[in-house]
Amino acid sequence: MTTRWIEISVGGFVIAGALALLLLAFKVSGLDINGDDEDTYVVYAHFNNIGGLKPRAKVTMAGVTIGRVAAVEIDPQWYDAKVTLRIDNSMKDKLSTDTTAMILTSGLLGENYIGLVVGAEEDMLADGGEIRDTQPALVLEDLIGKFLSSMGKE
Amino acid sequence: MFGWLQQIGHRVLSIVAGLGRSAQLLLAALMGLGYVLKNFRLLIKQVYVTGVLSIAIIGVSGLFIGMVLGLQGYSILVDFGAEDALGQMVALTLLRELSPVVAALLFAGRAGSALTAEIGLMKATEQLASMEMIGVDPVKRVIAPRLYAGIIALPLLCILFSIIGVWGGMLVGVEWLGVFDGSYWGNMQASVSFTHDVMNGVIKSIVFAFVVTWIAVFQGYDLEPTSEGISRATTKTVVHGSLAVLGLDFVLTALMFGDF
Repeated sequence: MTTRWIEISVGGFVIAGALALLLLAFKVSGLDINGDDEDTYVVYAHFNNIGGLKPRAKVTMAGVTIGRVAAVEIDPQWYDAKVTLRIDNSMKDKLSTDTTAMILTSGLLGENYIGLVVGAEEDMLADGGEIRDTQPALVLEDLIGKFLSSMGKE
Repeated sequence: MFGWLQQIGHRVLSIVAGLGRSAQLLLAALMGLGYVLKNFRLLIKQVYVTGVLSIAIIGVSGLFIGMVLGLQGYSILVDFGAEDALGQMVALTLLRELSPVVAALLFAGRAGSALTAEIGLMKATEQLASMEMIGVDPVKRVIAPRLYAGIIALPLLCILFSIIGVWGGMLVGVEWLGVFDGSYWGNMQASVSFTHDVMNGVIKSIVFAFVVTWIAVFQGYDLEPTSEGISRATTKTVVHGSLAVLGLDFVLTALMFGDF
């Protein structure tokens, strides 16, 4: 075993490790080279109930992902949930001020995500704008409760 | 009565003394960084011994663990009609837990025990003492390169393990069981985050590498220089190393993924 061979194999080992990390970054985690915050702008949406919505959930329009949920917090003024959305800059000045935000579920038991439907208003949402028209998450217990009470009336 | 108390005291004192000696050795070895960088060949030789020679076992176990995850995950997920989430399950399981932990356990068995036995035999045959006689610090010359080599090698092995495992999961899930390959990769990319999952796994494996290599070189350096002492120290390296990895894994997981 010559020194040369040892050095070559160690070099190959380190390069293989670095390549594998790159593969993990791009193929497995789908890392975007463009940093998260640079090509996005922030919009806030207030919901009565966010159900199981978590940070990093996707924000979609017509089923296409256009952003992510950056943070979820309680708004102590109105006691509702204030959700921070980071939307791609490609959609900047394309969302009207009366855009509707809904919390949807992928599949029957899947994750919650946000769907946006654009409105008819001429003014566009600016960076830091707020979406007023929202539809809360479908909570199974509420649905069952409504169903039971409507059963009782009949 | 007092004999019994004395025994407890003796045990505790010897444990504390051992911890102190291991900390001293660690500090001295870490201070040897300058020497290691100056004699870079020593480090490369050790990366070869601990890292390159472990690639085969890491690759084979990664492949099989990935394939088992693909098979087991599919058989559970298909009941819920959620076999499209197979890629997500395989990737998250590997990146967060299995590859740092299993790679570290294999590393403790494959490279750690060899380190202990090698250093132990050097001590038993008084090579370490003769190094000191000719004015070479054995901690810098023998211990430091091995410690740094372990810290370099294990994270690389862990990354290779993840990649091979994800590929093995794909082999079973996509090629054999017929999961749509677009949803295998797509769901994986949608749910795996680079900082949260990939980097936390790498950080875990760096911590494990540090602990396992530290235990291995300390057991070798501190053993009783007899053939029985070497065998006991080699066993201790594997047992203590594995237990430390498993225990630390829980702590690190709680720190990294515990805040929901």
